[in-house]
Amino acid sequence: MYNKILLASDGSEHSIRSAKHAIELAKNFNGTIEVVYVIDGQSSKNDVLQSASKYEIELKRKEKIKAVLDLLGESSVEYEVKLLHGEPGPTLIEFANANNFDCLVIGSRGLNKLQTMILGSVSHKVAKHVECPVLIVK
Amino acid sequence: MDIQNLKQEWFGNIRGDVLAGIVVALALIPEAIAFSIIAGVDPMVGLYASFCIAVVIAFVGGRPGMISAATGAMALLMVTLIADHGLQYLLAATILTGILQILFGVLKLAKIMKFVPRSVMVGFVNALAIMIFTSQLQHFVDETWVMYSLVALTLAIIYLLPRITKAVPSTLVAIVVVTAIAIYGNIGVGTVGDMGAITQQLPVFLIPSIPFTFETFMIILPYSLSLAIVGLLESLLTANIVDDMTDTGSDKNKESRGQGIANVVTGFFGGMAGCAMIGQSVINVKSEGSGRLSSLVAGVFLMFLIIALGGIVVQIPMAALAGVMIMVAISTFDWSSVKNLNKLPRTDAIVMVTTVGIVLVTHDLSKGVLAGVLLSAIFFAAKISKVAVTEELVLREQKKLYRIEGQLFFASVSDLPDKFNFEDSVKEVEIDLTYAHLWDDSAIGALDKIEMKFEQNNIKVVYSGLNNESMHLKKRIGGLSKASGH
Repeated sequence: MYNKILLASDGSEHSIRSAKHAIELAKNFNGTIEVVYVIDGQSSKNDVLQSASKYEIELKRKEKIKAVLDLLGESSVEYEVKLLHGEPGPTLIEFANANNFDCLVIGSRGLNKLQTMILGSVSHKVAKHVECPVLIVK
Repeated sequence: MDIQNLKQEWFGNIRGDVLAGIVVALALIPEAIAFSIIAGVDPMVGLYASFCIAVVIAFVGGRPGMISAATGAMALLMVTLIADHGLQYLLAATILTGILQILFGVLKLAKIMKFVPRSVMVGFVNALAIMIFTSQLQHFVDETWVMYSLVALTLAIIYLLPRITKAVPSTLVAIVVVTAIAIYGNIGVGTVGDMGAITQQLPVFLIPSIPFTFETFMIILPYSLSLAIVGLLESLLTANIVDDMTDTGSDKNKESRGQGIANVVTGFFGGMAGCAMIGQSVINVKSEGSGRLSSLVAGVFLMFLIIALGGIVVQIPMAALAGVMIMVAISTFDWSSVKNLNKLPRTDAIVMVTTVGIVLVTHDLSKGVLAGVLLSAIFFAAKISKVAVTEELVLREQKKLYRIEGQLFFASVSDLPDKFNFEDSVKEVEIDLTYAHLWDDSAIGALDKIEMKFEQNNIKVVYSGLNNESMHLKKRIGGLSKASGH
């Protein structure tokens, strides 16, 4: 039932917990996981400014979600990593709906409490607009 | 030219590009006016520049989705030229800047930008932010509390409105509200109109009225060089940011050439030199602009607004513009570089701070960049010029082995011979170069010198572990310095 699982990740505590749930889900249904990390404009600007080359940028970004990737690596679940660019909410929604996932696993809150307060939570918007079932991990 | 590709770049995203272009035009107007005032010219000079550059770059740029116009970095470089020689010299300097940039692009020099280290780039944007901020302080001298509160109101709207809605750019709302208060409240605060006239007409082609002499050329050349360097630096940095945001590549040499063409055209149409803008390009991409069309729409819509609404534009209070510029300064500054200053490698931090310091002292971004590049080159040379020599006695009274590890070149070999014991009582030494690389004549010379000193004491020298490249170099020039009989 849940074979193709999409895991939204930003390296935060919540996304690490989400990863654990996604792994359990994948194990139960013998499914695969696609980890997505959305990079917004501001991070693009900072990363380009502070990195010597695009290889260093990619390395840094994978470093940011390392905790999640480590969990996946330790499990026996098959997984793939994808870095997307844009506003986290809309980009995630578009990607989820375009690729027929069976389930999206996402943390209830991202990295920055202040951002959540100002913008409303990404997970809330995503849950509303994504067509597949969504598991919001508290 | 690949027609299919060109069509995609122009018309692949019509709706997104048109909407983003309009948003960008609205954000460009206050900045173009404020940058003109920083440079010390009429607002029209910046507005014509933003119009010409945005339109021309739409056709000849190498990075679709990037926005170029009059910028703070360039405006800050022009101040003394305008103060000393006037607008006509600025227009001539703008044209020369463009020619230099075209040469840069034609000679395919964009790749030398990779020699500008990130710590210099961070220093560059930080210095730029500080200078934009300090350029606003003059507007606060001898002002009333009314002016101060209008600046505060502008900033409050800019930063608080996005919490409620992101449908309209908050800087535009701030300017409209503050201008409305100033007009209907009938409060006597300084306006854009006090700083110069807004002419509601399209720019016309003019050849700068300057004496065409060598002396003129020598006056504008240093400015044009600085403008060309800073313009390309910011443009190629912005191109990299847009590349990353859109996950696509771009032609940096074409962009350099495009920036040059845009500046030549701008100079002939009464505009000041400009370059790509990080802030506006980010706004453009976030507003879903990604094609060439968005830059064209931004330029044309900007000009349309000035022609239609020029009468209102002159009534924008300086307080509102100062507020917008403070926001531009805050968002340009790379705050994480200050937060992480103690976590950075010490040399990176020194390079960054030096770049900022030199810009603030000289008021010239290009000098800061040059100093930063030089300093980091020295640090780099110092870092890789560490050479380790370890010795090992292989056979008592007979043979000794020296292992050299590191890069051997002019900076690293100066005290290399001191690390050998020439008075040894062995018959033979082996110099193991497995973990060394010979780079230049100095490296060969140093080895020859070591060999010679050993031989003076009747100790035979053999080499081992030379890699192919080093062997080749040694064969080519080895023995020369020894033969010359030092």
